[in-house]
Amino acid sequence: MTAYESVLDLIGHTPLVEVSQLSPNPHVRIYAKLEGQNPGGSVKDRVALAMVEEAEKEGILRPGATLIEPSSGNTGIGLAMVAKVKGYGLKIVLPENVSPERRQLLEVWGAEIIPSPGNEGSNGAVRLARRLAAEHPEWVFLYQYANPANPRAHYEGTGPEIWADCPEVTHFVSGLGTSGTLMGVGRYLKERNPLVQVWAIEPPTGEMVDGLRNLEDGYIPPIFTDNRGEDLLDRKTIVGPAESVRWTRRLTEVGIFAGISTGAALAGAAKVAMSVESGVVVFVAPDGGWKYLSTGAWTDDLETVVERARQIIYF
Amino acid sequence: MAVQVRVPTVLRSATAGQSTVDAEGATVGEVLDQLGGRFPGLAGQLIGEDGELHRFVNVYLNDDDVRYLEKLATKVGDGDIVSILPAVAGGAV
Repeated sequence: MTAYESVLDLIGHTPLVEVSQLSPNPHVRIYAKLEGQNPGGSVKDRVALAMVEEAEKEGILRPGATLIEPSSGNTGIGLAMVAKVKGYGLKIVLPENVSPERRQLLEVWGAEIIPSPGNEGSNGAVRLARRLAAEHPEWVFLYQYANPANPRAHYEGTGPEIWADCPEVTHFVSGLGTSGTLMGVGRYLKERNPLVQVWAIEPPTGEMVDGLRNLEDGYIPPIFTDNRGEDLLDRKTIVGPAESVRWTRRLTEVGIFAGISTGAALAGAAKVAMSVESGVVVFVAPDGGWKYLSTGAWTDDLETVVERARQIIYF
Repeated sequence: MAVQVRVPTVLRSATAGQSTVDAEGATVGEVLDQLGGRFPGLAGQLIGEDGELHRFVNVYLNDDDVRYLEKLATKVGDGDIVSILPAVAGGAV
């Protein structure tokens, strides 16, 4: 048995679990990469640790410094854990309409929450964080959307782990937010086997695009552009809340309790399975179900849950 | 092919406030061209001078981003839904 020095040493090396029982095509195997096994509970622990350690190495982050970051939850939670262990202050710009558990977890590790308008979604949180960071040059802004340490954490961690556990992978499916997972894992897998197809799953934009004044208010994550995301992705598809919740529930048939964005990614994996004759699909399950218990996702009437899911950022 | 086009709030000033409009065409490009002809305010906003989709515009055929299908040459079918959406930051971040 290994005894670890720090909780941060537990980040990464997550298990890959076969869920082919749920595959709509008997000739397509499906595997879930269970990122909820990370100590902070999500895939974003990897990104949080990588960005902080890179900033320390570059000398941008000094003892006692304060970080600011826009996050709809998981990056904030990962950063809160890392910042607590390493002794940094942390301010998270958080859209008002996230599940209460996300807010509570930030509070567990002592992050300060700066609310941003719910109807502007992640886009609004990014805008506010950028403005605050510009006004406060004394705060360290790691900026996950533009930080190369974000895709690198996946290029050096998640990608090689998948390749080691499942070199027969034909399709990789993951949610698209900052694009860090897709850029890092996608590039790694395609370098190993150029035939691997990379599929991005997006939530519907919902009402958050209503606040835009013009198209130039739009946003493309710099890491997506920097990594030539348009060439890297083979498909980009929207999965709505109803489908996401339905597939999140189906996961319990194989004993997996995962968050709603995992259901969205599995819906994408099922779409792959129906579009090919045979193959091996690996998808990322970003977090466990714990933070979504208050949505009633597993137990309440589906229509009620979907309506609730529309009101919050679950992806 | 007759399709329904969903127009985002930010572009509705060009469509007299309509959120969905009916259009025809064999490809996504033809559908957008026809829309641009009917609503001149839309024309320059969707397609750039290089003939490609504007950088901050995503167009979906049903659920799929056409940039990863055949772009503007993506074929449409009767009853398909073409959605125009501005590119924004989203997801679990």
